[in-house]
This record gives sequence, C-alpha cells and structure tokens, in this order.
Amino acid sequence: MRTAVTIFPGSNCDRDMIIALKKITGKTPIKLWHKETEVPNLDLIVIPGGFSFGDYLRCGALAARSPIIKSIKNHISRGGAVLGVCNGFQILIEAKLLPGSLIKNKKLLFTCKKTLLEIQNTLPSPFCSGFKVGTTLEIPVAHNEGNFFASKEMVEKLEGEGRIAFKYKQIKNNKNSFNPNGSLNDIAGILSKNGRVLGMMPHPERVINKFQGGIDGLKFLSTSIEHLVG
Amino acid sequence: MKVIINISLKNGVLDPEGQAIKNSLLNLGFKDFNNIRIGKQIILDIDKINKSEVLEEANNMCETILANTVIENYKIDILEGK
Repeated sequence: MRTAVTIFPGSNCDRDMIIALKKITGKTPIKLWHKETEVPNLDLIVIPGGFSFGDYLRCGALAARSPIIKSIKNHISRGGAVLGVCNGFQILIEAKLLPGSLIKNKKLLFTCKKTLLEIQNTLPSPFCSGFKVGTTLEIPVAHNEGNFFASKEMVEKLEGEGRIAFKYKQIKNNKNSFNPNGSLNDIAGILSKNGRVLGMMPHPERVINKFQGGIDGLKFLSTSIEHLVG
Repeated sequence: MKVIINISLKNGVLDPEGQAIKNSLLNLGFKDFNNIRIGKQIILDIDKINKSEVLEEANNMCETILANTVIENYKIDILEGK
C-alpha cells in the first residue's frame, strides 16, 4: 500500500494525516510538495486540511492551480484513489475534480465540533463500500467554508448517482443544529463518478486514538484502505 | 490597459456576510436599502494594446481562476488610455 500526503504552503493537517496513515499501513506516506510535477505510482493520495495559500482569492483556489494538481489528475486517470479532507475537499472542488462549491458557513462562524456522519447508499467506492448503509461515524469538523452548494439539478444528480458519501445526522438528544454549516441536503462528503475520489469536510485523522475522544476516524480510514488493497 | 474586474455572488447563492452587514446597517438606523450583496474587486494592468485582446485575456483569467463560475458572476471594465 503506497500512500502520499500533499503539502501546500499553509497545510496544517498533513502531519496528523501522516501519523494516521502510518498507523494503518505500517509505512510512512510520501510527502508531496505542491511544486512537484512527477509522482511515483501510488494507491492513495490524501490532500489534507489547512489554509493553503492563506485561503486567498477563494479557499483552495490557488492550491488547485499548483503543479502537483496535474500529477493528481494523472493519478486519477490511472484509476488511483484520492481523499481530500476539509481544505483538501475545497481544493478538489476548485480543481474541478468534484462538482459544486463550498461556501461560507451559514452562521458565518468557524465551526469546530463533533459531527455524526451517516453513510449513504453509494456507488461502489473503496471509501464507503466497507460500511453498511446507515452506519454512523462520529468525526469532528473544523472549518469556515464547508457549506456545500450546487445547483438543484446537480444535487439531484449526485443523489441519483449514489455520489453522496455521507450526510450529517442528529446526535442523540442534542437539539442543536446537527448540520454545522448549512450544506444542501446535509451533505458532508461527495464522490467522483468512479467512486475513487472522495471529498469530505470532517477530519478523520483527528479521531484515531481514544485519548482524542474517539476512534471513528481510524475506523473510516482503515476500512477505506482495506478496500483499496482488496 | 487598466482592467477592473468585479466579482459578485450569483442570485440564489447564500451570502451570510451580506446578511450580517444588512443587520448592522438596520441596527444603525439605515432603513432605505435593499438587496445587499458582498463581492470583490480585482484591479490589474494587462500589457496589450488592443481592447479586444485585453478583454479576451481578462475573460480567460476569470474563467480559469479569478471567479468560481458555480457561485460567482464577473464583470470586466476596461479603462482605456490608462
């Protein structure tokens, strides 16, 4: 299992992701600096969270035009898998590798809290097929622009094609709004047409140890990696 | 040629920043306004002489990176002779 984590100026979840991937695969992932134009054959590239290029212009806009993106596109065209978390999701959308847009949170607040994700009925995907539909995972979010927005037709299309990976779900007895950002249809993550590119706002790498308050992130990442290998 | 590009959110796209400013204006007693929207302006010089070439270049920039056409509109103004 060969994995890599991309790093842009302003990425800040790269080390956590590297620790998580090493814990699961036993091998340290390759670090890919944003200026690199050639990448070796990989099974999984992870674009981690952060504030690439200071969120200038739009979140992910400048990162999505970096040299490394071309290599990521090649990797995808070879059938390679890509996971974009938070800013990584924003970058995938800005690079037009996933549809829609991520706009400012409805309440205008940077939101950092636990969310409950419900696995949806998706097309075959290494990221979701290892879970029963309706499985819930408790994974935190931390973002200011995670409000998924797209045209009504696009959202319907995504729903119809089974490309919504997970949605936010109400945490038991918690009457506060369970959708942290106001995203359409409570969307928390979406898949590419072939199911091998996933963008998600929640941070699985932040819940991989009990002392972090949970291990659902580890569960999600290790199940995904098992299905990539299998 | 000096070019001014105005980027604004499309109709129907949630603009919480605009809403927050609207509330502040109302709190301050400003009542006679409507339809507040936030946008951004990008000003640059494009090194071409011909106006149509400048427009084409600016258009290209907007489509490639400056605007996210899923949620944003853009308007290009060319200030001739500057």
